[in-house]
Amino acid sequence: MNRVLQFIRSLFLIEFIKAFGLGLRYFFKAKATLNYPFEKGPLSPRFRGEHALRRYPNGEERCIACKLCEAVCPAQAITIEAEPRDDGSRRTTRYDIDMTKCIFCGLCEEACPVDAIVEGPNFEYATETREELFYDKQKLLDNGDRWEREIAKNLELDAPYR
Amino acid sequence: MSELRKVNIDGVEYEMPGHLTLMQACETAGAEIPRFCYHERLSVAGNCRMCLVEWEGAPKPMASCAMSLNDLRPNRDGSPANIRTNSATVKKAREGVMEFLLINHPLDCPICDQGGECDLQDQALGYGRSETRFEEDKRAVEEKNMGPLVKTNMTRCIQCTRCVRFISEVAGVEELGLINRGEGAEITTYLQANLTSELSGNVIDLCPVGALTSRPYAYNARSWELRKTESIDVMDAVGSAIRVDARGAEVMRILPRLNEDINEEWISDKTRFVWDGLKRQRLDKPFIRENGRLRGASWNEALMVIAERLKGDPSRIGAIAGDLADIESVKALKDLMESLGVRSMDCRQDGAAIGGQAREGYLFNSGIAGIDEADAILLIGVNPRVDAPIINARIRKAWLENNAEIGLIGAAVELTYPYTNLGNQPADLNELTSKRNPFVRAMAKAKKPMIIIGMDALTRTDGAQILRAAGLLAAKWKLVREDWNGFNVLHNAAGRVGALDVGFLPRQDGLNTRQMLDAAKKNDLDTLFLLGADEIELSEIDDTFVIYQGSHGDAGAHRADVILPGVAYTEKSTTYANTEGRWQQTRAAVGPKGEAKEDWKILRALSDNLGRVLPYDDIAALRASITAPKTSKFDPAKLGKAGKITNTALAPNPNSFWFSNPIARASETMSRCASSQSAQLEAAE
Repeated sequence: MNRVLQFIRSLFLIEFIKAFGLGLRYFFKAKATLNYPFEKGPLSPRFRGEHALRRYPNGEERCIACKLCEAVCPAQAITIEAEPRDDGSRRTTRYDIDMTKCIFCGLCEEACPVDAIVEGPNFEYATETREELFYDKQKLLDNGDRWEREIAKNLELDAPYR
Repeated sequence: MSELRKVNIDGVEYEMPGHLTLMQACETAGAEIPRFCYHERLSVAGNCRMCLVEWEGAPKPMASCAMSLNDLRPNRDGSPANIRTNSATVKKAREGVMEFLLINHPLDCPICDQGGECDLQDQALGYGRSETRFEEDKRAVEEKNMGPLVKTNMTRCIQCTRCVRFISEVAGVEELGLINRGEGAEITTYLQANLTSELSGNVIDLCPVGALTSRPYAYNARSWELRKTESIDVMDAVGSAIRVDARGAEVMRILPRLNEDINEEWISDKTRFVWDGLKRQRLDKPFIRENGRLRGASWNEALMVIAERLKGDPSRIGAIAGDLADIESVKALKDLMESLGVRSMDCRQDGAAIGGQAREGYLFNSGIAGIDEADAILLIGVNPRVDAPIINARIRKAWLENNAEIGLIGAAVELTYPYTNLGNQPADLNELTSKRNPFVRAMAKAKKPMIIIGMDALTRTDGAQILRAAGLLAAKWKLVREDWNGFNVLHNAAGRVGALDVGFLPRQDGLNTRQMLDAAKKNDLDTLFLLGADEIELSEIDDTFVIYQGSHGDAGAHRADVILPGVAYTEKSTTYANTEGRWQQTRAAVGPKGEAKEDWKILRALSDNLGRVLPYDDIAALRASITAPKTSKFDPAKLGKAGKITNTALAPNPNSFWFSNPIARASETMSRCASSQSAQLEAAE
């Protein structure tokens, strides 16, 4: 009996037509893949990407050199040096993150009392050399300026759960 | 000793001396009592209310710091009073006090330098409520100017008045006070004046919150990122116990360490704030002078040049050890010079007339803790406030607690305690015989009398004669007995006693510092080896080849023909003897700067180049070769030399408190202190 059925299937190419149909169905179905880098998937507001140092709306940097992020960092990727600025306020003279050490745990962001250091939505910062991944204060502040709108929006969205 | 009292603490019955406070009793029983205003070395204020404990039966909790066991009544049934330190009442009382303290305390811990080592932070976590109920506005208090050392942030102040009590009780200058009442209460200096005490830095440690913090250290580092090294101070001859806090290769601050026999828990401002001098003017590689200019050289080159020089006629070579030289390097230099046959060496670059006689003749024999017991003190040619502020505070304590009579022969200065000025001429010593003089009577009658003779007297050309006069007085008043030695020399150089103990003194026919410098001026000296000696007059020396080994580019390095870079006291583990003759060890907190090397290693390498290898390869072997100084029978009447004392007034040390050594002279903080001090003096005039 089985032999007969198998003969009929192979004679009329039923398996082939089925597979062809499946292919056709997926051909016309909406695509699951993204055309990266021209298309990008959705990100949670809690996504922990590239770091940034934020500023207040008046341009003043938020970081007050309390060094809590440096203390909490489990990978010891953050190095901070501070001294009084000319106006007497407490500011960093150096704020380095070694991105090759960072494990993107987000503890720095959580420790920060003034929301200065944040992990923004950017994940596309691959570099050609290792040295480019040693971020300094200027690089981090530039990141903050570039991503401020998205970061502020994310923080706002996540605020109720904090 | 008062009689024993029975007390029941947390359900266990104890018997303790009745004069103990409740707090001391509870601590003895092992209970932890939080506190802000109480400090064991200051008077009891009882104004923070944090130390509340419950006395069962009493209507309210008690401030345990201000109540003694003698004040407790037994219970009605005759059983001892019940004290509770962990009941619900106590917990609630502490929470209440903490809530009140935090009402006006700003939430600025992230920018506060006290953060991480703050009593309020710790105790709020341990004893406070987890949230605030205060919704009104907090108060703000204006900053006060307390000078270049103490930074104020008075909004953070909780009015514990520790600083006020320290400045008026221990430091002895009434310059801080609490004004106004209630919410308006603030700590202030009088008339916006700077603090003038040499101990003012200690209020930074005393402040339980971040109201008074260190200005030079401001925002530099956090307490948790510092590497702590326990060491010994060399800014004066007291040898205070210090803790050097370093981060990476830099010393970030210096704090006191407890040593009841020396500095209790205070240190002078020079000790505390000199650390920025460790980063400036450093010699980080060998230099050789060529055509009048110094050029960097390699170690080998520099050592070769020196070896060539030292092979000359040993009678035309001299060596002087400076104020900060440690025992090991002085010993190595002495061995090296002796192997060369050099006889001119001296560790008394100020020309003090000490050494070469009994060891007690140059020591602070009573001990620094011994000052506490003294009841009559004669100061001769010394300003302890400049030479050793810690010892000055001890003398003040003797005056406060023992009602000690204090007399001074020397220039009239403010010493923070009253004293009888017995004259400004050292010859006045010979007049201290008249029984009519009330101070002489007090001295003769005293149970533990002391003479403290200082460098202002001993460095004079007639220093030996003054020493003899002081020794004769000591013999007359029987200062040296079986159980008490009241003859004291107060040094102002950390390395001096150690170098004298090792015997770095002119050999037979050798020259002392003064003679060496004179000989150099007359071109009778070919080579002069300076081991960190900067406080000598080198400007008139033309043709003598000067070798300078030291850590800082100061006077010595300025004149030197070859410079060997040594290390400073925070970079080496070596021994110093303080003015009492107590041998103590520093510990290296950071590594040497640049190519610098430890001083004894440099001398060991030099001995190699000279072909006269010193017989030790490591510091342990070097230490083993140092013999403990001999003590002999001490007769103060034989000290010094008999002779006439010249008729000139005692002049104070020309080196001001802030600039007494090369490290201090390199420090910006020290110059700021000096300029603010002189500005204040000008304003006062």
